[in-house]
Amino acid sequence: MNLFASQIVDGLADGAIYASLALALVFSYRSTGIVNFAQGEMAMLSAYLVWQLMAWGMPLVPAALVSIVVSFIAGALLYATIVKPLSHASLLTVVSVLIGLYLALNSLAGFLWTYTIKALPSLFPKAHLQLGSFTVSAETAGIIAVVGVVLLLLYLLFETTKVGLAMRGAASTPDSAILVGVSVPVMLLIGWGIAAALGALSGILVAPRVFLNPTMMFGVIIYAFAAATLGGFDSVVGAVVGGLLVGVVENLVGTYIPWIGPDLKIIVALVLIFGTLLVKPDGLFGRKKVVRL
Amino acid sequence: MSVVVKPKLPMAVRLATAIVLAAVFLYVIPFVIPSYLVSQFATVLVFAIAIVGINLVTGFGGAITLGHAAFVALGSYTTAILVVRYGWNPYATIPVSAALSWIAGWCLGFPALRLQGLYLALGTLVLSITVPPVLKRFDGFTGGVQGLSVGNPEAPVFLPLDDSQWIYFVCLAIAAVLYVVARRILSGPLRRALVAARDNQLVGAVMGVDRATLTTATFAMSSLYAGVAGSLYAMIVGFVSPDTFNVMMSLSLFVGAVVGGITSLNGAIIGAMFIQFVPIWASDIDVSLGGLVFGGALIVTLVVIPAGIGGLGERVFIWLCGKLGWVEGARTTRAGSEAVGGAQNEPA
Amino acid sequence: MSLLSIKGMQAGYGARSVLHGIDLDVEERQIQVVLGANGAGKTSLLRAISGTIAREGTVMFDGARIDGLPARKIVATGVAHVPQGRGTFADLTVDENIRLGAYLRSGAEERQDRERWLTFFPRLRERLSQQAGSLSGGEQQMLAIARALMLRPRLLLLDEPSLGLAPIITQGLFKTLAAIREETGMTMLIVEQSANLALEIADSGVVLESGQIVLRDTARNLAGNDEVRRIYLGYE
Repeated sequence: MNLFASQIVDGLADGAIYASLALALVFSYRSTGIVNFAQGEMAMLSAYLVWQLMAWGMPLVPAALVSIVVSFIAGALLYATIVKPLSHASLLTVVSVLIGLYLALNSLAGFLWTYTIKALPSLFPKAHLQLGSFTVSAETAGIIAVVGVVLLLLYLLFETTKVGLAMRGAASTPDSAILVGVSVPVMLLIGWGIAAALGALSGILVAPRVFLNPTMMFGVIIYAFAAATLGGFDSVVGAVVGGLLVGVVENLVGTYIPWIGPDLKIIVALVLIFGTLLVKPDGLFGRKKVVRL
Repeated sequence: MSVVVKPKLPMAVRLATAIVLAAVFLYVIPFVIPSYLVSQFATVLVFAIAIVGINLVTGFGGAITLGHAAFVALGSYTTAILVVRYGWNPYATIPVSAALSWIAGWCLGFPALRLQGLYLALGTLVLSITVPPVLKRFDGFTGGVQGLSVGNPEAPVFLPLDDSQWIYFVCLAIAAVLYVVARRILSGPLRRALVAARDNQLVGAVMGVDRATLTTATFAMSSLYAGVAGSLYAMIVGFVSPDTFNVMMSLSLFVGAVVGGITSLNGAIIGAMFIQFVPIWASDIDVSLGGLVFGGALIVTLVVIPAGIGGLGERVFIWLCGKLGWVEGARTTRAGSEAVGGAQNEPA
Repeated sequence: MSLLSIKGMQAGYGARSVLHGIDLDVEERQIQVVLGANGAGKTSLLRAISGTIAREGTVMFDGARIDGLPARKIVATGVAHVPQGRGTFADLTVDENIRLGAYLRSGAEERQDRERWLTFFPRLRERLSQQAGSLSGGEQQMLAIARALMLRPRLLLLDEPSLGLAPIITQGLFKTLAAIREETGMTMLIVEQSANLALEIADSGVVLESGQIVLRDTARNLAGNDEVRRIYLGYE
């Protein structure tokens, strides 16, 4: 399989990871208008939780599932204890608290688990799949598949269930949601819980590729920011498309533009963010005007 | 409506304060404390300069920018390159850094400040992240990962000072000048215009304030401050390397500004001391404690004392002056002139 | 016993009190109109009933006190509030708006009522998958009412339904409301600023001025009242 195609596929795998973290950002953003700067660190802690559970004897898959559930709860708690009280605070306060959280969580991981890197096994076997004339690593295919399944589940949740509809209503027009009997705070709790769970997923998928360490999610969150900006911070579809695009572009730029190469790839994120915000601030798929300033 | 109390200290008190400040800054710090701490205090002054820039653009301009590392790097590397590659006198590089940073601030400011609040923070944060890789990429110019060795400026022969004391005084002089400049910027009509533009775009427009230009000018000014800080930083440390100017630098300066008080110029020095010494003390206890303390400090400050330590200090000072009768007389103003940090009175 | 009974209601925003000591009764199956100029407190009255602003005083609905309940629970007792500006979920489709109206109802009830109201409002059926925000003013009003009806409410609060609508659309709107009352026995409290059309379908009305009720009468008498005609119905 030629280099170009394999770069695209690798880009899609990276992009799937970015997409899941970007989705987490979107879920946090909808109806609270907050970009959760600490989303990556939360994901990192979720990955460490898996490692810790395994160190205590749990196998990988159950540990991953437990971590995702615990992350969901943690996300909901985060909303209830920090975000909700901040809902009428100034932008400076919100940004500062989230940055503070980022710094604190990062250090917490270092404190609990030290800065030496650890290994987190991959959910997928070290094998290669033959799909027609393409050879693809099981991990790459697996990541795309897992994220795809998660997206499908989310789609079903939002499009077919009452709760999903209520969440969309609460995100769209909270005042009207109250008038049909929806509990907006509960919807937001669930939203932030899902965001944290998605973050956990991205952390668990990324850790085997870059080794577990407290700064592991740093590279990912930047691309997730770019993906969410490109797609539109209030658009689920945008986060996915944005994520995949960012992953592919990042890979292609890193490979085919030697002057930029793997070290300067991060500039792709910068260009995408500034470019999108200046040209089409709502992103490719975004709709709402930003209310929170 | 809030009553604005303008403190007016009696001559004796002013004299006493001046003497104490002079004693501390001109004598105690450079000559009494252990000598290895002197260059650290010089660094504190440098951080304070950068933080004053943040006070201007974020506290009063209302724009949350997290890209300071970029401008500090600009200043540092300007000095380094001019000194190392072109043999310039280090002090001469300071105005160049200032000018370049100011211009860069204008250039970046126009597009950047079109971004709304949260997105500006995000965009400038990502900008900070790209600084080390970009510096490494242009290694022909910047010396790449190895960095450039600037060396420490030597104290003039005729003065009885060692190098670190000398650089301390240089920083002190420049910091004092920049502090006064900032004070002047923030006095009177310009300050009202800034605050009006920050708090309410419509009101600002009605007042004849071109918000965009005003904010960009403020941003450029804060970049200038960061650039000067960068130049001095290079001289204190004697060495520049790409990884110094990373996200953590931007975030640390931000923490310093918030803890000191986002609208408190006096608080800048407190914030600077915080970010200089706390990581050192914290890592003595545990290497990962630093970030925890920074993060915790950010959150605690905003919840408990939103005006920051400096802002709180100023409020206490004003209250005290009121109690002691050291006031100029009362002036009423509309309650709308609240600073972001929450201070309700004009600082002295 | 009245379906809705308000005694001594005070309500406002923060320190500012907008309603001062309101007493109001609405009988079942009645259509009552609330008239008043801008700023008289009409919107605040409806918001106070539906619990979306802070209020004091007693509000009895169907024999039970609702004044202490949060808005969400008041909705559950059967009070549907169509706010000023329709309050549709602009990003969602017409169908999704209607389905959200039945959030508190069972699946079977939702299916039944959806069919019923889409038949009643054929224009909405035509536009089921269209985004609610792209509908015309009159269609959005229909949608807002349909959504409110999906709750199977006992009481319908309507805040200036004719706002921004052409007179001919408004005529049709009030005819529709009258027909809904015929069909379902719905009780309605309608706030209107200029309300000649509203009074035609109403049984009684009150006039609100500076947060207090200054006039209370049958709809016919109000329509014939010279003062009212001059100030609120736009006649000279």
